[in-house]
Formats: sequence, structure tokens, C-alpha cells
Amino acid sequence: MAAEVAEAEAADGQCRLRRFSCELGLLSRPDGSAAFLQGDTSVLAGLYGPAEAKISKELPDRAALDVLLRPKVGLPGVLERSREQLLQQTCEAVVLGVLHPRTAISLVLQVLSDAGSLLSCCLNAACMALLDAGLPLSALFCGVTCALQPDGAILLDPTARQEQEARAVLTFAIASAERKVLMVTTKGSCSVQEMQQCLAAAQRAADTIFQFYRDSVRRRYSKC
Amino acid sequence: MAAAFKTVEPLEYYRRFLKENCRPDGRELGEFRTTTVNIGSITTADGSALVKLGNTTVICGVKAELAAPAADSANKGYIVPNVELPSLCAERFRSGPPGEEAQAASQFIADVIENSQMIVKEDLCIANGKLAWVLYCDIICLDYDGNLLDASVFALLAALKNVQLPSVTINEETGLSEVNLKQKNPLIIRKHPVATSFAIFDDTLLIVDPTAEEEDLATGTVTIVTDEEGRLCSVHKPGGSPLTGAKLQDCITRAITRHKEVKKLIDKVIKSITPK
Repeated sequence: MAAEVAEAEAADGQCRLRRFSCELGLLSRPDGSAAFLQGDTSVLAGLYGPAEAKISKELPDRAALDVLLRPKVGLPGVLERSREQLLQQTCEAVVLGVLHPRTAISLVLQVLSDAGSLLSCCLNAACMALLDAGLPLSALFCGVTCALQPDGAILLDPTARQEQEARAVLTFAIASAERKVLMVTTKGSCSVQEMQQCLAAAQRAADTIFQFYRDSVRRRYSKC
Repeated sequence: MAAAFKTVEPLEYYRRFLKENCRPDGRELGEFRTTTVNIGSITTADGSALVKLGNTTVICGVKAELAAPAADSANKGYIVPNVELPSLCAERFRSGPPGEEAQAASQFIADVIENSQMIVKEDLCIANGKLAWVLYCDIICLDYDGNLLDASVFALLAALKNVQLPSVTINEETGLSEVNLKQKNPLIIRKHPVATSFAIFDDTLLIVDPTAEEEDLATGTVTIVTDEEGRLCSVHKPGGSPLTGAKLQDCITRAITRHKEVKKLIDKVIKSITPK
């Protein structure tokens, strides 16, 4: 299967996203796979499903989705569990699980390198893997991380150093339908206005990311 | 008759109530269950609190121990929260290693402590590079009827306010620490974070303080943690139905109101035990 690479850069006034890159269908065993790069952060996602579920795990009316997030070094800990829960509930909200009852969908994410904005890179890789596997989705989603600097400026897609220096780091998963918020998680404290400003900036950046998804998938299928 | 309908079509049964803008237990959509708090009940712990939110019962015990600070942060102590969901509290929790929900809740509590800066780790240091306090905060759910996160954050706050740490001095000659149990000081709590959880129904309705049944029927949850200045310590929406920015703002407004109610309750409780 030919691997496709697409790149995108966005200048949104002050808010720049780093260089994006995506490769679809690079693994041969999973039903869908994607490697997503944001600057130097990269995550590899593999999706198996809908497949037969264990009787203890199967749900009678819809597919059971579970996510496994493996860190680059060490064993998965409590932080990975908490992120797995975020990813699982985000994916469950968009996947039309009712079309495949009593099946299991497994999403496995491997962190290849972490240079900031890891959770949003995981979200993007997950969505691309869902697209590559051809699962029925009600909407697409993308992950955007915003860092609030001590002087109040908003930085999108921060690097690891920018995240550390920031007063607050907010990660949003934005759905493609009406740019609604699917998932929010924050680190550090901020005022209500600042959160709304970050949300607005994230929704604007989401347009660029969705356009990138479109271009990636178009390139992938235009050759075959 | 109603009980039969509820078993067969729980969602429809619930929708009938929601149409009248109320819930099966008689509450309005924005109303919390009766909140009660009891502090200092565990005498063997350095601080403790029991919180009941309707039927949801959560107890938090804080134990303080001494340890050497980490090499890269010589002036910081440690706070170690742990949320346990024993098989006692609900039939879906089996005994054994902590399940996913317990681990996610523990991570959430650790994030709330860190984000709100309710306890600054530097305040826990006794002697730079040599001795610091470790606060083990164990939050155990005794009865799970929904809204675990709100009750846990409240129990943690009340227990920490109740903690009395003995004064510790380091003997110059021997280099050993001497603990004076007679002289106790309360912890310095800088911020008072309060969590407010909402359940999302049918992608549009927001319901405050869901019970376990409501959580099972809900299509998503949102938890907002605010401090006394109206700042957001945490906005936690782990997936679920998508929300617009305006709906999120409604949640935040309700959370800020709830903060005032909870703060009043905590102050009343603390005042009632101070004469000791």
C-alpha cells in the first residue's frame, strides 16, 4: 500500500501551528493506521476493528471501543490511563458504534517522540486512523493545544519548552460539525475570558487541520 | 406500572421527566443534592473528612509522613492523592488492582491540586534538601451514586483544612529530626477549589450533579473546577457529546455559583470545630 505524505503549515496571525505531516496506511496488519507528526512530536496509531469481542466486553447494542496508549519509555502509568479515557470517550462520541453491535474496536497509540502538544497529536493520529480504517463516523475531530503565556499571549501547538513556561495549557478536541467542543482538558489555572479566547483560537486553527485531513485523504486515494 | 416502564425504556422514562424540567428524584435541572460534611472523624489520621452528596459517600483521610525531598526540587514536599473505588461502593467495581475509573479519578485529583495550587509544595519543606512532609491523601468511595469527582474534591479540601501538622525541628548536634506532637500547626491552604459536574443528555440538555442512573443514560459529562477568585482550575470534558462555547459558558457560570455555596458550608464546618 502506497504511503502518502502531506504537509501543511498555517499562519493564523500570531498563532502559528507547527509543520504537520501524516502518513496513512503504513502498517500492514491493522485495519487502519496513521502516523501523525506535529513539528517534532509524532504518534503512530493502529486501529483494529470492528472485530470479534470477548463476551465479557461486548455490548449488546453497539461496538465497544478501547484505547491503549503506550508511552515512549517505561510502562503505562496513571497519566496514560487518564489520557486513554479521554481518547476513548472522544472516539466513542463520533464513531457510529450502533452499526456494529457486539464487536470490539481497538485503537493502539504509540508515542514515537514527544516535543510538546502530545495529547492533540494523539487525537489527530486517532482520527486519521479511524479514517484510514473506513469506520463510519458522525463527524471528524482534531486536537489543538493552546498555551497561555505569563503575559497573556496565546500560543497554539506549543513546544515542550513553551508548555513548561506557560501559565496554563489547554487541549481541545474540536468536532468538524459546527466546530463544537468534543473534549477539553486543562493544566494550570486561567480566567474564564482566557479560556473562551483559547477556545475561539482553537476553533479557527481547526479549519486548517480539517483542510489538511481532506488533502491527505485526497492524495491517498487519488493514485489508486 | 411506572417501575415496569422504567426497566424496559429507561431513557424514555427519563425524557418524560426532563420535558417537565425536573428529574425523578424531584430536583430541578440545576439543583444539587443535599450536601453534608463531617470532619475529624478518623482520629488516627492527621486530617479527615466525610462528604455525602445525596447517597454518594466519600471519605478522605490525610496522613503526613517525613521524607527527604527529591534531588532536583530540594525545597518541595510531596502530595500523593489516591482515589479508591472498592467493590463495596457499587457492584460494577471488582476487587483487585485499581480499575480505569479509579486511576482516572486519581489523576484528576492530582491535576486539581497542581492546577489550583491549593497547597504549595514549598510550604511542605522543613529543611531544604534534608526533610520535607509527604501528605498521603486517600480518598475512598463508600457509596457510589454518581458525581464521584465533586464529592472527592470536596472531601479532599475539607480534610486538608482539618490537617494539623506537628512542628518538626532538626537537632543541630545529632542531625536527627525531633517531632513535637504537642505543638501543632494547620496547613496553609492558599486556594479553595470546588468541582461541579454536569451530565449531557441527548446532546443538548445539561444536568447538574448526576446520580449513577443519570450518568449511565447520559451522553457525556463535564466537570468544572473553580477557585474563590472565579478562575478556572480545570475544565474536564472527557469526550462525549459535543458542546458549543456558549453551553460551556453556562456550565462555568453555574460552577461559580456552586463554589459560593460550598465555601459557605466549609467555613461553617471549620468554625464549628475550632474552639477545640
